[in-house]
Amino acid sequence: MTSSASQPWWKRAGWAVFAIAVLYAIDLAAKIPVGQTDGSTRPVLNLYLYQIIASAAVNIILAVSLQLINGITGQFSIGHAGFMAIGGYAAADFSLHSGIDLAAICGGGALGESVSFVVALMIGAVFAAIAGLIVGIPSLRLRGDYLAIVTLGFGEIIRVIILNVDRVGAARGLSGIPQKTTIFTGYAFAAITVLVVWNIYHSSFGRAMLAVREDEIAAEAMGIRTTRTKVMAFVISSGFAGLAGGLFAHLFMYLHTNTFTFVKSIEIVMMIIIGGLGSITGAVFGGVVMTALPEVLRPVGQWRMVVYSLIIILAIRYRPQGLLGMRELPDILASLRRKKGGAR
Amino acid sequence: MSTFIQQLINGLALGSIYALIALGYTMVYGVLRLINFAHGDVYMVGAYAGYYIARAMAPEGTGGGYLLPIAVFVGSMGACALIGVIIERVAYRPLIRQSRLAILITAIGVSLLIENLGIVIFGAAPQSFPSILPERTFQLGGNVVLRYAQISIVVVSILLMILLRWVVMGTKTGLAMRAVSHSIDASKLMGVPTDRTISFTFALGSAFAAAAGVLVAVYIPKIEPLMGVMAGLKAFVAAVLGGIGNIPGSLIGGVLIGLSETLIVGYGGNIGIESTYRDAVAFAILIIVLLVRPQGLLGKIQKEKV
Repeated sequence: MTSSASQPWWKRAGWAVFAIAVLYAIDLAAKIPVGQTDGSTRPVLNLYLYQIIASAAVNIILAVSLQLINGITGQFSIGHAGFMAIGGYAAADFSLHSGIDLAAICGGGALGESVSFVVALMIGAVFAAIAGLIVGIPSLRLRGDYLAIVTLGFGEIIRVIILNVDRVGAARGLSGIPQKTTIFTGYAFAAITVLVVWNIYHSSFGRAMLAVREDEIAAEAMGIRTTRTKVMAFVISSGFAGLAGGLFAHLFMYLHTNTFTFVKSIEIVMMIIIGGLGSITGAVFGGVVMTALPEVLRPVGQWRMVVYSLIIILAIRYRPQGLLGMRELPDILASLRRKKGGAR
Repeated sequence: MSTFIQQLINGLALGSIYALIALGYTMVYGVLRLINFAHGDVYMVGAYAGYYIARAMAPEGTGGGYLLPIAVFVGSMGACALIGVIIERVAYRPLIRQSRLAILITAIGVSLLIENLGIVIFGAAPQSFPSILPERTFQLGGNVVLRYAQISIVVVSILLMILLRWVVMGTKTGLAMRAVSHSIDASKLMGVPTDRTISFTFALGSAFAAAAGVLVAVYIPKIEPLMGVMAGLKAFVAAVLGGIGNIPGSLIGGVLIGLSETLIVGYGGNIGIESTYRDAVAFAILIIVLLVRPQGLLGKIQKEKV
């Protein structure tokens, strides 16, 4: 089915170790101090660029997880930012209130810090997944545009509720979150997300999702429990959105509900459409493109967002199936190889 | 009691505005099955068009008599009708045979484009809308105050809705609109000029949004380029609530959401709902209604065909 599945386990493990080493090396290299003219030192990559690169990883997680609902299961959710918000706030709240204690229990130092960070992220993911379950069970009985508008509604309701919780700063926003997300952790979690979603996609459960996407009535007739399949997709996807929220919180050190409006949800939807609906590779691609695009356009000045929206309109106009369509990385590699073979 | 009546009046005025915007969503959805995300931004452009017309006609702020409000209304509605047609021709028509998702994302792109063009052209700072109607208030019994703007909102909305009903039910173009909303392919085979009908639907919907934009600017004289985002969203919710594609449904949905919003702000404190929840109310009502009646209040159940 895929090239990676046919490789022996030690070869795959080797690749994983290699990838981790490369990621870690990139992260370390980004922090190498460089002497400035005034005698001080700064890292090679300034904080701004570092955050942008790391936030691409957050967007990859968001896009790949939404792809599970919108692309693979064929439902239409435009409330992803709400789950991201829940994960972000839950993880940040844990870090602020119990993070230091847990780090101390685990022996302090780098290990304790990492453990408490991962626990915070997991708490965020679990909270978001539970919210996904609560939202998913009633709303997934609806279809098409009605489902879309209900997910949008839930996203906004989640945002307004958080806005009224004083414990997480209400309208002031939540500040003072420790910065723990690095390029390394961001991309490591992005890789885990891709791997998990990829494996779900290629499992029997993933085929049930595809069946629901292609024809819900036929799928039901074949004995697939369609509502359960949809709710599961929703829960898993929300959990990963929560993970992304946690990483986001610990990257920018500040959360405000204005970040998580439906505009953010729409942005995530655009990532998967631009990348190619139904393609995990496309989602990764879309996440990176949609992070980079506004930054690349900075020289245009005040016309930046105008150009940005024009590019989106034109991209859909001339490539409505997205940049990659439904193709995945192995398909692309295979077709490239075939072309090469043909030339020979 | 008098506060309650006051809240009802405020809610009715707000609801009429939502209803006017919702009509545009519902009509476009009816013919194209498209959630026209750019519609809320057309409403914003309508308010700005009114602003510039009023400024051009009466530079010192007020004056101009009865001609001024009429010119502002007609001018703004005409300008937005044109913009609506341009959006449909340039952005949506080439994609009509593509997947619905492609058109949807284009609609979102157009919405972003209008908002950001608005920020560049009109400036991000809010502008205060000139008072084109006399600032008169009517003291009813008790402490109930009826503002001139509120009366004009309700009256203009009712007039426009009567006009719309006549267009849809009493003219040949309206018949074409209804035919297209049943089946675009069958209408084409029957000789209905579908392209022209769709353009006309956009023009009509956008003109209504412009009227809503001018009315809201008269009511709350502060306009800004992002004013259409929340209003558009709530109006869309109103359209879905009433049963999208159904014109009386949008009316009921709009008034329902306007009323519940003002009532929550007015009385929510008594039952433990802070007024900061006002933006969530519309969505909460929508979700509850859709769970009980998935087709909306007046919508028809679409039979699933295998």
